[in-house]
Amino acid sequence: MNIPNVEKQSMKLQTKGHKRHRRRFSFLEGWLYLLPSLFLFTAFLFYPMVRTVYLSLFYTDTQGKPMAFAGMENFTALLSSSSFLLSVKSTFLFVLYTVPVGVLLALGLALLANQKLAGIGFFRTIFSSTMGMSVAASSVIWMFIYNPSIGFANRLLTWFGLPEMQFLLDPSTALIAVAVATIWMNTGFTFLILLGGLQNIDSQLYESAKIAGVSTIYSLRKITLPMLSPTLFFVITVSMINSFQTFGQIDILTKGGPIDSTNVIVYSIYKDAFINYNIGSASAQAVILFLCVFLVTIIQFKLGERKVHYQ
Amino acid sequence: MSIGRKIILYTLLTIAGIIMFFPVVYAFMISFMQGGEVLQGKLWPDSFSFENYINAFEKVPLLKYLLNSIIVSTVITAGQLILCSLAAFAFVFTQFKGKNLLFMLFISTMMIPWEATMVPNFQTIQSLGWLNSFYGLTIPFFAMAFGTFLLRQQFKTIPIELYEASQVSGISRFKFFLTVVLPLSKTSLITLGIYCFLTAWNMYLWPLLVTNDEKVRTVQIGLKQMQTQEIASEWGVVMAGVMLVILPTLLLIFLGQKRLQEGLTKGAIK
Repeated sequence: MNIPNVEKQSMKLQTKGHKRHRRRFSFLEGWLYLLPSLFLFTAFLFYPMVRTVYLSLFYTDTQGKPMAFAGMENFTALLSSSSFLLSVKSTFLFVLYTVPVGVLLALGLALLANQKLAGIGFFRTIFSSTMGMSVAASSVIWMFIYNPSIGFANRLLTWFGLPEMQFLLDPSTALIAVAVATIWMNTGFTFLILLGGLQNIDSQLYESAKIAGVSTIYSLRKITLPMLSPTLFFVITVSMINSFQTFGQIDILTKGGPIDSTNVIVYSIYKDAFINYNIGSASAQAVILFLCVFLVTIIQFKLGERKVHYQ
Repeated sequence: MSIGRKIILYTLLTIAGIIMFFPVVYAFMISFMQGGEVLQGKLWPDSFSFENYINAFEKVPLLKYLLNSIIVSTVITAGQLILCSLAAFAFVFTQFKGKNLLFMLFISTMMIPWEATMVPNFQTIQSLGWLNSFYGLTIPFFAMAFGTFLLRQQFKTIPIELYEASQVSGISRFKFFLTVVLPLSKTSLITLGIYCFLTAWNMYLWPLLVTNDEKVRTVQIGLKQMQTQEIASEWGVVMAGVMLVILPTLLLIFLGQKRLQEGLTKGAIK
């Protein structure tokens, strides 16, 4: 890094005292601090995104070299492919299964853990612990839980007198089973952010409510939720984006099966690009993924400005 | 608070705690079981012997993988802290043309899902000859918008008078950054560091793509390898592997939970 040089130069310029020089240098200095980040963003985010869009418009060889211009062919082929449509459906279902339940669960835990009780720190740590659990480790644990013959899930069902299930092997339950595992994995992070949001609420608000003799439910609805709304909004957006990007648990638990029922979009991109070597199609799917995430973010910005109550 | 209310709260907290932590305890118990006990579906092992743990180290080069993960996570954390603090410093303490535009550019990086760029990134790493190397595993992740925003919030709380005083006494801006801004922001840097380390340690898809031998493979991929090899036969050994993988990050959470919660909310919302 050439920062020390900059420092020397800066001294020299300052002793010279030329105002214009200094200003020009200040201009350069700001860019210099940002240069490493800008360079990496360009090399590993902006360029590959543009490249992805470019590749999505071409037929490619197995190495991913563009061979012939395809126009929108890759996209129209996808939209008429039943396996891709199934993948889109699985992805949206997965978002639907994981986000509302996951956020509500974490909100419930955060409200519980926001009470002033002895030993509450212990519970907070337990609730946030899944943030320290990697996707790979968590998935292996849930794989065992779902094991049809020796796993805990079926033993629980038997205990309640219910018939045993083939959680990950049955196309009608596999996606839900992965969603349950995912909700558990994400709770730690969501909980931690929501608890932080709750603790940032001015406690005087609650005290005035108490003096006014307002019920707990009423102050929850009229104080807590409005004041928490920016945090809640952030958490919902991040959860949705995360959900669109699900990969690890699919790779370990189901490999996209059975009968493609858990073949969510990132797994589908991975398979097309690195197993089937169909880079053009993978790129077209990546563009669609980008558009989905982009849309969610834009909606967050727009709605966030208007609807959400900021402190 | 009334006694009745306290009892209800503690009951709810305990039930929730048991459900949330059950999978971890379950895995912990299985990591001490022999094959037969696992098949019987027991919840408590007959004895706590470390046989499975010893086996785990013999079945796959787990020690090597753990070491690789420590190197990769530490390097990514260091890289992110350096780049984020430099960028945040520029956004708070320098004035230059195009600053707002650049800030928008940083925000826009958060709209691009990393997975949408993985194919060209893989090709880039391949053409640089960085497959199966620590370079390929770490360098692409050094720049991070979220970390920059978090530190920017922190740097903004530093009184401008301190900066003006340093200007008067002729201290260069970079020296001000090193000797005033960074020490004053120690807490935020540690919080961000914990977050970066957790995220890097838990990375899955990228290490899966760019490593295909033992040299630099991280422990998460090692776990997948173990699980595919050992499936059904030796769950005890696989769970021993799981426990070893989650131990460092769980410890970090236990030690840094409060700090993380305060720090992350700051960067996320305001």
